[in-house]
Amino acid sequence: MNLSRKWLTEFVDVGLDEINDHDFAEAMTMTGSKVEGTRYMGEGISRVVVGRIVEMVRHHDSDHMWTCQVDVGGERNIQIVTGAQNQKVGDMVPVALDGSRLPGGAEIHTTVFRGELSEGMMCSLKELGLTQHDFPYAIEDGLFVLQEDCRPGDDIVPVIGRDDHVVEFEITPNRPDCLSVIGLAREASVTFKKPLRLHTPVVKGSGGDINDYVRVDVEDPRLCPRYTARMVRNIKIEPSPKWMRERIAAMGMRPINNIVDITNYVMMEYGQPMHAFDFACVDGGHIVVRTAREGEVCRTLDGNERRVTPSMLCICDEHKPVGLAGVMGGENSEITESTKMVLFESANFNGTSIRRTAAALNMRTDASAHYEKGLDPYLTKAAVDRACELVELLGAGEVVDGFIDVFPAPPEPLVRELDVDRVNWILGTDIDGETMRDILRRLDFGVEGNTITVPSWRLDIDAKYTQNDFAEEVARIYGFNNIPSTMMADSGTKSGGFTKEQSAERRLGEVCRAGGYDGIITYSFYSPAGWDLIRLPADDPRRDAIRILNPLGEDTSCMRTTTLPSVLEVLARNWNYRNKAVKVYEFARVYKKRADGLADEPKVLTLGAYGGDMDFYALKGTVEELCDALRIEGVEYRPVRDNPSYHPGRCAAVYAGERYLGVFGQVHPLVAKNYGVGEAMYAAELDFPAMFELRGREVYYRPLPRFPAVMRDISVVCDESLTAGELEKCIRRAGGEYLDSVEVFDVYKGPNIPQGKKSVSFSLALRAEDQTLTDDHAEEAVSAVLDALQREYGAVIR
Amino acid sequence: MKEQLEKLAGTSLEEVSSACDIAALDALRVKYLGKKGELTAILKQMGRLSAEERPAMGQLANSVRASLEAAIEERRTQLEEAELEKRLEAEALDVTLPGSRVRGGHKHPMDVVIDELKEIFIGMGFEVDDGPEVELSTYNFDRLNTDEGHPAREWTDSFYLDEQSRTMLRTHTSPMEPRIMETRSLPIRAAVFGRCYRKDEVDATHSPMFHQMEGLVVDEHITFADLKGMLNNMAVQLYGPGTVTRFRPHHFPFTEPSCEMDVQCHKCGGKGCPTCKGEGWIELLGAGVCNPHVLEMSGIDPQTHSGWAFGMGLERAAMRQFKIADLRLMFENDVRFLEQF
Repeated sequence: MNLSRKWLTEFVDVGLDEINDHDFAEAMTMTGSKVEGTRYMGEGISRVVVGRIVEMVRHHDSDHMWTCQVDVGGERNIQIVTGAQNQKVGDMVPVALDGSRLPGGAEIHTTVFRGELSEGMMCSLKELGLTQHDFPYAIEDGLFVLQEDCRPGDDIVPVIGRDDHVVEFEITPNRPDCLSVIGLAREASVTFKKPLRLHTPVVKGSGGDINDYVRVDVEDPRLCPRYTARMVRNIKIEPSPKWMRERIAAMGMRPINNIVDITNYVMMEYGQPMHAFDFACVDGGHIVVRTAREGEVCRTLDGNERRVTPSMLCICDEHKPVGLAGVMGGENSEITESTKMVLFESANFNGTSIRRTAAALNMRTDASAHYEKGLDPYLTKAAVDRACELVELLGAGEVVDGFIDVFPAPPEPLVRELDVDRVNWILGTDIDGETMRDILRRLDFGVEGNTITVPSWRLDIDAKYTQNDFAEEVARIYGFNNIPSTMMADSGTKSGGFTKEQSAERRLGEVCRAGGYDGIITYSFYSPAGWDLIRLPADDPRRDAIRILNPLGEDTSCMRTTTLPSVLEVLARNWNYRNKAVKVYEFARVYKKRADGLADEPKVLTLGAYGGDMDFYALKGTVEELCDALRIEGVEYRPVRDNPSYHPGRCAAVYAGERYLGVFGQVHPLVAKNYGVGEAMYAAELDFPAMFELRGREVYYRPLPRFPAVMRDISVVCDESLTAGELEKCIRRAGGEYLDSVEVFDVYKGPNIPQGKKSVSFSLALRAEDQTLTDDHAEEAVSAVLDALQREYGAVIR
Repeated sequence: MKEQLEKLAGTSLEEVSSACDIAALDALRVKYLGKKGELTAILKQMGRLSAEERPAMGQLANSVRASLEAAIEERRTQLEEAELEKRLEAEALDVTLPGSRVRGGHKHPMDVVIDELKEIFIGMGFEVDDGPEVELSTYNFDRLNTDEGHPAREWTDSFYLDEQSRTMLRTHTSPMEPRIMETRSLPIRAAVFGRCYRKDEVDATHSPMFHQMEGLVVDEHITFADLKGMLNNMAVQLYGPGTVTRFRPHHFPFTEPSCEMDVQCHKCGGKGCPTCKGEGWIELLGAGVCNPHVLEMSGIDPQTHSGWAFGMGLERAAMRQFKIADLRLMFENDVRFLEQF
């Protein structure tokens, strides 16, 4: 919402000479009308004055240029060379003097044109940043010959009405009443403690009776609670006067002609959108406010044919739509040069309905923006009267007596008692009742004792919990920053903190980072194409994802059921950026469909890496560290050959007992190829809820050994397909009571080992708690182990 | 013999003091003190001395031996020290060469900010929480007093998961307000962190997925002044003592009165600079006293209880803290970016 400060002073004395833009913006912001910025309309224009052409001769060396002597109010006339042809001696024109600046940054200096001195420039509209809309009497193509009341030497800025300052407000949706000069004037009057001067429009009229011309029917009062109209005849279309054009331009609109400008002027002043129909185009003199019929079209003022649907409210005559209610008028009833009779519509429409229509047709207009937040139904009459008053003031036509007002259910005003104690209870303040009543009175609430009548335009005031609204009104004027700042003395003490689960998550994050993995954040939604890239079979349950029905695009349309595509995409992107060694992790949710339409959202810890010294065992080491960090017991790694996303020989599932904790390994080379990565990638997908559930809860100290261990290394030759894990389990079963630890330290294939076999070496530590073991003890254990290995797996000592 | 000893003492001590390395020193020890050494040779003549002479000569010989041994040890120490010095010099390193390190990973900048905020709020007695991202529109809107016609409900603004607009991706962390009020016992002090979704095209300042923080306090008598107290405290902890804040009136359907909190620009101290876009203030968060309708809908009696809540966009906080110019960097996950935090 733009506001002309000049216009504002018509209602409240807050002139620029008293309050500069900065202070004005600051104060208005702090009482609730947030200022986004302020702008001086004359910005960029300097040393441009009014000049009178006193002499004009042909340039001695040109057949089209003129050498002019111009009176710019100085001691002597100055000489200016121009190529323009529309001027004559005696004309007043804008003159950019030596060293002047024009909008857009141009600088003008004294120069010599083909041997003639030129001490400045006479300006066109465009050179001053103006158009014919601003000054309809001027021409686009030539000098701007002023028809204003001015004298040589006058600063041009006020002459062209650019001596105004515009304030841009961000008005919150609960205060549509502030989308108007009067609404903001009311706020300014309260903010600066200055009286608000409101004006009641007076229409003289010219006889006749509107009811003899027009009939209005509203089919659905819920969509159109009020429809007010007045009629003007003997219309004379012409440009509106300068003061009106200036204000309209300052507020960011384009002056058109007197009738259209009046509707826009009233909308800006009162916040009530208006529409003017060429009455000759309203068939049957009958306005019907109804929703569109199936298949109807309406060509709007912007020249576009609009297909309207039965949810859209239209203003129609007996046969056809003549306008889209609250959005834009129809081209068939547009005001033209030949318009003789005008019907001014000032109606109240349902905001949501208008917003939906505007959105569906993608044509959000100034009118729809006013309507969509809901307007005061009591505004229509004053606004239409104001329009007619302006018609009479401008001599634009004759106002027919009487008015149409379809207002079947005028709402009762909201009346509530002000509860001073409650307001203080809400705010934590000790403001006295008179201060509160004074604030409300200044905001135009009706105040009689503590009985408060809410003004009709304050549709945001809640009927049930009104004290909170009173608290807000009082507080914002009293000053939010004058309210004390307290530390909840009355609130019971509570100890905050992380839950066990949150702490576990943080612990795992630390372990990832200690392992060199960087934290990443990826989108929760992705393209279903990702499932193909990771080679999920067609019937994989992970393809049954929650879909967004109105996604931004296909590539953000599915809530992810697996994080693998997300992390691979990150690896691929880094690979494309030529980042050499990359390790990343993400703690994030997957979304699993649930019968009630919501989702199970378990967290997955995903790791991804490539490059550097990354290999399967490096990844496994981190997985082991993660399991250890949560003290998960009995963790096992089982080979996985059938996960289509992973290398069939380099993939393991993590189990604790029979509980699945996740999967990790080298990403299948075909998947890597799908992501365009020419290097081995590694990934892990760990089920955080399962890990958390199986965490070790208690930590007990284990006494340090008092007797030394006896170490024995053994190497056995076995089938290549046997895993070290299987052999290790066998050793642990057979090793007897003294076997303390088993560690693989070498796996060997090659010369001296038969084809299809491998040699695996283990280091065994034997220890007793109550004695130093002898060699005999050790031999006994080792031979038991070797027996078992041979018996169970055919593994023989090397 | 006396002359012999004195002469030997003289020459040997001189030779020892000028021995240039340990090997030469060892050779001197053998030459004078060894079994076939010169001192031993002299001592062998002791037998020829008279009994009267013998003790005095013995004493002299011993003192020569002792002083020679001491001289050798002293010289040895000197030589060893010199040798060590030489070795250490040879071992000197270029200390400006880079260290070899175990490269740790880095927190995502968003998590840096989130963790900092979590610590601040835990310190003020808050419990950390999060909730469903796939949410019922009831919680996202209705239970927050957001009426049927509110623009945020449009399919152009929010992501929906069913035709009836019953389920959606939450557009803010605020649906956790009613969820927490329903399930927690009073008093409530909750800090919610999580992902939110709005239908914004990706650009330098927008993302369809972003993070928010929500704070909620409900108890028997919580006031607007309490809201100010706690948020001021947060600002001081975030930006340091002396941080200046201001509260501006604003509007949210689920709070009344509502406000936005600004902090005075730390860069220019409120004068206006590029960091604060010339305003002198940086908008931090939206807050307000819980709307009684919201409390009532969640089964809390608004006559006896009250509360306050606030919501803060975390991407903006992170971008401000680290001067990140483009939001897309946060979700692109280029390690050259991630490793800076």
